[in-house]
Amino acid sequence: MKKVLSMALAAALMAATFAGCAGGNSDSNTIKLGTSGPLTGSNAVYGNAVKNGMEIAIEELNAKGGLQFEQNAQDDEADSEKAVNAYNTLKDWGMHIMAGPTTTGCANAVAPECAADNMFMLTPSASGPDVIKAGDSVFQVCFSDPNLGLAAADYFAAHFSDAVIGVIYDSSDLYSAGVYSTFETEAKAKGLNVVCVEAFTSANKSDLSTQVTKCQAAGADLVFMPFYATEAAQVLTYADKIGYKPTFFGCDGMDGILATEGFDPKLAEGLVLLTPFAADADDEKTQNFVKKYIEKFDTVPNQFAADAYDVAYAIYEACTEAGVTPDMSSEEVCEKMVEQFTSMSFDGLTGSGMTWDASGAVSKVPMAVVIQNGEYVSAD
Amino acid sequence: MNFLQYLINGISIGSVYAIIALGYTMVYGIANMLNFAHGDVIMIGAYMSYCATNYLGLHPLVGLVIAMAVCTVLGITIEALAYRPLRGVPSLAVLITAIGVSYFLQNAAQLIWGSAPKNYTSIVSMEPLKLFDGGLVITGEVIITIVASVVIMLALTLFTGKTKMGKAMRAVSEDRDAAQLMGIPVNRTISTTFAIGSALAAVAGVLLCSTVPTLMPTTGSMPGIRAFTAAVLGGIGSIPGAMLGGILLGIIETLSKAYISTQFSDAIVFTVLILVLLVKPAGLLGKTVQEKV
Amino acid sequence: MRKNLNRKQRGGNFKVFALVTVAFIVMQLLSSMGMLKSSVKGQLIPICVYIVLAVSLNLVVGVSGELSLGHAGFMGVGAFTGVVVASSIANVVSNDLVRLLIAMVIGGVMAGIAGGIIGIPVLRLRGDYLAIVTLAFGEILKNIIGNLYIGKDSHGLHFALNASGLVMEPDGSMILNGPMGTTGVEKIATFGVGFALIIVTLVVVLNLIHSKEGRAIMAIRDNRIAAESVGLNVFSFKIKAFVVSAFLAGMAGALYGLNYSAITATKFDFTTSINILVFVVLGGMGNIFGSVISATLLYMLPEMLRGLYDYRMIMYAIVLIVVMLFTWSPQAKNWVQAVSSGSVMRRVFGQKKEAEDE
Repeated sequence: MKKVLSMALAAALMAATFAGCAGGNSDSNTIKLGTSGPLTGSNAVYGNAVKNGMEIAIEELNAKGGLQFEQNAQDDEADSEKAVNAYNTLKDWGMHIMAGPTTTGCANAVAPECAADNMFMLTPSASGPDVIKAGDSVFQVCFSDPNLGLAAADYFAAHFSDAVIGVIYDSSDLYSAGVYSTFETEAKAKGLNVVCVEAFTSANKSDLSTQVTKCQAAGADLVFMPFYATEAAQVLTYADKIGYKPTFFGCDGMDGILATEGFDPKLAEGLVLLTPFAADADDEKTQNFVKKYIEKFDTVPNQFAADAYDVAYAIYEACTEAGVTPDMSSEEVCEKMVEQFTSMSFDGLTGSGMTWDASGAVSKVPMAVVIQNGEYVSAD
Repeated sequence: MNFLQYLINGISIGSVYAIIALGYTMVYGIANMLNFAHGDVIMIGAYMSYCATNYLGLHPLVGLVIAMAVCTVLGITIEALAYRPLRGVPSLAVLITAIGVSYFLQNAAQLIWGSAPKNYTSIVSMEPLKLFDGGLVITGEVIITIVASVVIMLALTLFTGKTKMGKAMRAVSEDRDAAQLMGIPVNRTISTTFAIGSALAAVAGVLLCSTVPTLMPTTGSMPGIRAFTAAVLGGIGSIPGAMLGGILLGIIETLSKAYISTQFSDAIVFTVLILVLLVKPAGLLGKTVQEKV
Repeated sequence: MRKNLNRKQRGGNFKVFALVTVAFIVMQLLSSMGMLKSSVKGQLIPICVYIVLAVSLNLVVGVSGELSLGHAGFMGVGAFTGVVVASSIANVVSNDLVRLLIAMVIGGVMAGIAGGIIGIPVLRLRGDYLAIVTLAFGEILKNIIGNLYIGKDSHGLHFALNASGLVMEPDGSMILNGPMGTTGVEKIATFGVGFALIIVTLVVVLNLIHSKEGRAIMAIRDNRIAAESVGLNVFSFKIKAFVVSAFLAGMAGALYGLNYSAITATKFDFTTSINILVFVVLGGMGNIFGSVISATLLYMLPEMLRGLYDYRMIMYAIVLIVVMLFTWSPQAKNWVQAVSSGSVMRRVFGQKKEAEDE
C-alpha cells in the first residue's frame, strides 16, 4: 500500500510539475478573463450567477466580431485558501484580467496577489471595503458595503425619521456584517431610533423566528435586513405567519427574492430595497439580458449575474478604447486598463454613467425600489 | 407572553431536531456508526416532496409518501453500496465513508436541481392559532411537527419493543455476533433500520422545510449536525433520549437567543452541551455501559 | 523480536524523513529554476500546513485512539494568535523569519493552552462523546473569534467583543475585525519554514510514539483496562498527546494565517476538522507516513480535478468513497487478490500485510 501511495504521489507531482511549465498566452487570439466564485456548497448560487452572467455577456461580445474573449470560471468554495489556488490556476491558464472573485472573503485574499502580480482585477460583487485597498490595480463594479450602510441610514433619516427600527443581520457573513457596521455608526450619528439589533450566523440560520419575534416585541415598525434573499424569504414567511407587518427594508443582496422558485410574491409586498438592478425593469438592455438568461439557465438572473455582465462589458469597452490585444502580457493589459478605468464612463445594467476613482471604487447611486403587486416600483 | 412565544418557537424547531435525531440514534444504536449523510437524505426527501407537489401537481400528502418511498430506497442503497462492505472495520472508517456519501448527495442535488434555493411551500394549510389577541401565535406547522415527533417516538418505541423485527434490532445492537449465531439475519436487520431511518428523514425534511422554507443542496447539513448534537445530548442510541435532546436543544437555542445574545448563541448552546456531558457523560437518558475486562 | 521491531520502526522513520526532505529539495530546486506552475507553488505551504495538522491529529486519533472533531479550532487559535503577534511586533522585530517563528511559537502555545483547558475535562469522556465535545469546542472557538475585535494603537493592543466597544487612539489600526477577520496581513510564511515545521512535527510525534510513554499510549488504545491494571496512568498520557497535538496544530495554524492576506473565522469550522480527519483515516490510523502522503495527495486532488468543472466535487466524493472501500473493505482486498493473477497487485498487498505486522 505504501508503495502504491508513494508511487502515486511521485506520479502526481511529476504530472503537476511538467504538465504545463508554459502558461504563456502568445499562442491564443482571445483575451482571457478569469473569475472565481463558490460554484459548489451553500453559496453556490452566487458564484454560478456570476459565471452565467459573464458567459452571456461574452457570447454577445464575441458575436459582435471585434475583440474576442474567453472565460474561465473556477470554483473557490467561498474559501479564501481555495480562492488563491483558483487564482494561481487561472494564472497558469494565461489569464489577462481577473474578473472576480465573487465573495468578499475570497477577494480580500486574492486582491493582494493581483496587486503584487500587476494583474488587473475587476470584481463584480465583492463589496467589502478592504478589497480595493489592496492595490491600485483592484477595482469594484458593485458599490461597497460601507456605502450601502451609509445610503440606508441616509434613506431612513430622509423617509423614516421617526420610525422605530429593528435590525437583523448575519454576523458570520462579511457583506451583511460590513453593511451593518457602517449603518450602526451612521444611525447613531443621525439620531435614528434603533431599538433592537439581532444577529444570526451561518451555523444557526435555519431558525430565524426568535430574531423576528424579538423585533416584534421591541415594537419595531421598520426592520432593516442587510442580507440575502434566501434568509429574507424565511423572515418574511415567519412574520406573515405571526401577523407581524412592519416595513421590511433590504439591500442589493435581496433583489432575487421575487424570482426565488416557489416564493409567494404576496409575502414581499411593501418590501423596500436599495438596489441598482431589478430583473423586471423595463429598459431594453435589462429585458434582453433577462430573456437570454432565462432561456439559457432556466432561472431569473439576480444582481450578481447583472454585475458580472457589466464587468465583461466594461472590460470590453476599456480594452477596445485602449487598444488591448490578446498578445499583450497581463502586466501590459493592467497598465492600460487602470488608465482607462480611471478616465472612462460606463453605462451598464446596474447603473449608467459609472465612473471609477483611482482607489478602484465605483461611483453610482443605489436606488430605492419598493415591491408593489409583485413588481419592483421606484420608491421615490 | 413573549416567553411563551419563545418557548413554543423553541419546541417547534426542537421537534424538527428530534425527528432527525431519531433517525441518527436508531442507526447509531443498531449499526454503531455515525451516519453523517443523514442530513443530506433529509434534503433529498424535501426536494422529492417539492417536485411532487410543485412540478407534478400532486397533493402534499402524496408528495410526502413519494418522498418517503424514494428516501427508503436511497437509504437501503447507500447502506448496501457504501456501508455494508465496511462491516466489521473500525467505525471511523465508516464515518469517513459517510462523509463521502454526504458530499456526494449534496453535489448530486446541485447537479440535478441547481444551486439556486427554492422556496418550499408548507404542506400544512392550517391557519395559525392566535391566542391572547395575537400576543401568542401557534402556527399549524408547530402543532403538526410536535404531534408528528411524539407519534413517531411512540411508534418507534413500540416497534423496537414489541415486534419481531424490533427485537431483532435490539439484539443486533446488543451483540452483533451473538445475534448472528442465534439465527438473526443481521444484514436484513441493518437494512431495515436504514430504511426506517431514511423514511423518517423524509418526514423530517418535509417538516423542516415547512417550518423553514429555504430548500437548497446544503439545507440538511446544519440541521443534521444540530440533530446529531441533540442525539448525543439525550444519550445516543436511546429513542426517548433523542426526543428529549432535540426538544431541549431547540428550547436552549431559542431562549439563549431571546434572553442572552443572538450573536453568541452558538457558543452558549455548545457550552450547555459540554456541561451536560461533563455531569452525565452518557447523555441525559443514555446507558452507562460497564466495560468488561 | 523487539530488536527487530525497533530496527523496522527506525527504517520506517528514516523513510518518512527521507521522502519529505527529497520532496522539499526537489520542489525548492524546481521553484528556483522557475519550472513550477503557479498553482503548484501556491499549494506548497498549505500542503505543509495540512501535513502537520494530519500528523498531529493522528497522534490523538490514531495513536491515543480518541476521536477529535475540533482540530480546526486549534488551528484557528494558532492562526489568529499568529497574525495578531506578527502584526503587533512588526515595528520591533524587522526580520520576517524571526517574526514568523515568534508568531508560530506563541500561536502554538496559545493553542496548546486551549488544548489543555479542553482536554482536562473532556478526556474523561469516551468515544463518540469526546467527538461531539471537541466538535462543540471548535464551534465555540469559531463563534468567539468571529466576534472578537482586536486593534492596536500607541498604547498597545485593545480587545473587544463588539465593534463599537473598541476605543482606540486616532493612530490605531484594526488587526482582527470580527466577522471580517484579518485583512491586509503581510505574507511572511515561507516553504522552508513549512518544511522545518514538518520535520519538527515528525521528530516530536515519532519520539512520542516510540518512547516508553508512547508505547504505553498504544497499549491504552488497544486495551485501556488492561493498561490501567498494569499501573499506567491513562489520563496523563492522553492529556500529553492532546496538548502536544493542539500545540502543533497551533503552529501550523500560525503558518497558515501568515500565508494569506486575509482569513476569516469561518474557515476553522467543522468542515475543515473533518477534512483533516479524512487525511488521517485514509492514511491509516497511527501510520505517520500514511498521514504525510494522504494529506499531500488529498489536498492536491480537488485542485487536479479542476478540469472537470461542474463535476469536480462529485468526483472528489466518489474517489473518497471508492478509496475508502478499497483500502478498508475485506471483500475488496480479497477480490483484488483473486482478480490479479499478475504480480503487481499481489506484491502490493503482500507489502501491506508486512506493514500491518509492524
